[in-house]
Amino acid sequence: MLRGAAASLHAALASVDKDAGNLRRALRKSRRREQWRAAALVLPLFVFLAACFVVPIGAMLSHGVIDPDIVRILPTVTDALKSWDGHELPPESAYAALITDIRAAREAGTLASAATRLNYDVPGFRTLLFGTGRQLPAELSGSSRETLIAIDPKWGDRETWAALRRAGGPLTDFYVLGALDLRRDADGSITGAPREQRVFRDVLGRTLWISAMVTVICLVLGYPVAYVIAAQPPARAGVLLFLVLLPFWTSLLVRTVAWVVLLQKEGVLNSLFLSLGIIDEPLKMIFNRFAVYVAMVHVLLPFMVLPVYSVMRSIPASYVRAASSLGARPFTAFWRVYLPQTLPGIGAGCLIVFIQALGYYITPALVGGADDQMISYFIAFYAGRTVNWGMAAALSIMLLTATLLLYAVYNRLIGVERMRLG
Amino acid sequence: MSTTEPIVRFVGIGKTYDGVSRVVDKLDLDIERGEFLTLLGPSGSGKTTTLMLLAGFETPTAGEILLEGKPLSRVPPYQRNIGMVFQNYALFPHMSIAENIGFPLSVRGVAGADIAKRVERALDMVQLSGFGHRRPSQLSGGQQQRVAVARALVFEPKLILMDEPLGALDKQLREQMQLEIRRLHQRLGVTMVYVTHDQSEALTMSDRIAVFHRGSIQQLDKPEPMYEYPKNAFVARFIGENNRLEGTLESVRDDRCTIHVAIGDSRIEGTLVEPVPNGGAVTVSLRPERVQIRDSGHTIDGHSGCQLPGLLQEIIYLGDHVRARVVMAGTHEFMVKRPISEAHTLPRIGSPVEVFWAPEHCRAFARES
Repeated sequence: MLRGAAASLHAALASVDKDAGNLRRALRKSRRREQWRAAALVLPLFVFLAACFVVPIGAMLSHGVIDPDIVRILPTVTDALKSWDGHELPPESAYAALITDIRAAREAGTLASAATRLNYDVPGFRTLLFGTGRQLPAELSGSSRETLIAIDPKWGDRETWAALRRAGGPLTDFYVLGALDLRRDADGSITGAPREQRVFRDVLGRTLWISAMVTVICLVLGYPVAYVIAAQPPARAGVLLFLVLLPFWTSLLVRTVAWVVLLQKEGVLNSLFLSLGIIDEPLKMIFNRFAVYVAMVHVLLPFMVLPVYSVMRSIPASYVRAASSLGARPFTAFWRVYLPQTLPGIGAGCLIVFIQALGYYITPALVGGADDQMISYFIAFYAGRTVNWGMAAALSIMLLTATLLLYAVYNRLIGVERMRLG
Repeated sequence: MSTTEPIVRFVGIGKTYDGVSRVVDKLDLDIERGEFLTLLGPSGSGKTTTLMLLAGFETPTAGEILLEGKPLSRVPPYQRNIGMVFQNYALFPHMSIAENIGFPLSVRGVAGADIAKRVERALDMVQLSGFGHRRPSQLSGGQQQRVAVARALVFEPKLILMDEPLGALDKQLREQMQLEIRRLHQRLGVTMVYVTHDQSEALTMSDRIAVFHRGSIQQLDKPEPMYEYPKNAFVARFIGENNRLEGTLESVRDDRCTIHVAIGDSRIEGTLVEPVPNGGAVTVSLRPERVQIRDSGHTIDGHSGCQLPGLLQEIIYLGDHVRARVVMAGTHEFMVKRPISEAHTLPRIGSPVEVFWAPEHCRAFARES
């Protein structure tokens, strides 16, 4: 009888086990269905982003680190220079390879591309390459090295060959270093660029500084506005928010041009001040830093007001009242109770404004002077005017890196999950 | 200053937000030193506004509030030295429990070591020792409530105000907290003014209750007289359960009166609470626990004016008592509440019955306009 009981217990346990197994399978199955559904819902956007965003931008950015021209146009000399130690002039075989390559490139009509690339690194390389191409004799009388050095003594310069080897690809740090005003010397170690060629550190610093100033001004102007709106009854708050968002209804370009009209020498403000007798001669209010700040703050202010307002709206009035009833003066109540609770909104607003400001292009280009141009201006300059994709990409990498760094810092300090937008 | 002088006096206080309707209307109220006073009323009755006027978050449009004889109207909230507990507790979410409780001390410039000591004592008082380092969000509703009370007490104010502090708690916890707050009050002897719309909470906790309606106090009394002897139809209706009958006053002799009620065209006797002219409209209030029920036909001599006929419709068993639902004249519902010991002696369901009462428990008021 005991054995019978044990057997039936075993059977019962086995069926429990089996049930549990079935249950787990059922759970997995239902989960899988949910996961498929979630994936299917996300897929269209994912495909769109990949096709229109990740792939093209990735391709663009890759120009900053790859260097395909020289290895394609001057293949044999690139190959010959791989074994060169760089301490002395390259071997005779490298000179011979260069002659072969230049002849082939002239025939193919690709020498210009190679000259452009090499000229980025060493000014004058274009002249050197074309001159050499023109003066190469049909038959060599002596060694290749002597022939080339006779055509142009620069071929007897180690730096010339080092530049050629640096451009040999397929990967390069030339552009990225260039974006930081750095370069490699003939020995391959990193040094600062010559003083007169240093621009990008200044540009990056200026970009960060202008963005920071715009962010601070937006915060100082936007915080009280958000506070006032948050204190209104919902209907009136809606109207006020609409007014805050009104600038979004006109295009960025129109708004910026409007600032030109307002601020220029014969503009609305100057005429007004002159006619009121406040000033004797027109103020210079445009094509300088002041105009850049004014126009950028105007455009970016709503991005500060919205998240700050949203956080303020969720803070019940009873907190400040409680602080007050506990003996805190109005400023203390604000500083110790209200302000800390608005920090997530301040963080979100500052992050959005700062990151957007980093990439500003049109506004500083239209209302700023030569010393007020931000990094995007130079990206556009290299991409559009000189068609130096490598430099444009490297500057873009700088901008993207700065943005990501900032985001990481924000995430560390405040936490992205605490960010609240509109 | 004698100790019998009220700690707070409301003198002719009025408050309007829109210049048309009066949220608080010509309010006179003396709050005695050390008492537990509850402001009770439905929402919109002006009780919370009265509390906010006292705390300083609203300013009266008429009259003056005196705290220990000194007018308050020019004193900002942070200088009134009145502790306040809010409905949602209003614990500062970015501060620890200890920082929350220490806040009123640190804004008063108390030294750090002293703050730590007093915070510890306050936590002890509300049985939350060892919770000081936690955040408010890590505490349950009841614990947060205790912290809010400790924070309002820690700077030893003369007066504590509480604005429906237990509204968000479930029933069991609420009843426990009611007793806890009551005990704290008895132990510390501090004056407390408590706002609630829950009449049983008011009866449980208060030394005195002020019933608010339409911006003025309808009755100010201790719990027992408030319940047993409501002074008007609103108070009778708002506090406790009621069977209400509409009728007209026929005659008055001393404080006894005869009322003609529409139900069954009958006359009943009762106690006239407010002066009403003969023929005036009255509302009669009968507490369910003060009426009894019997099979019809057993009329007791001499009390023919204290009964009404009806049909026993339903008996509801509630564990600690039974309720009998009687329908009068086909439509009017009448509730009778009897102790459980009488559950088996009640008439049968569906039978004609009479409900009857002692004349002092049948109270007649002027009908509410």
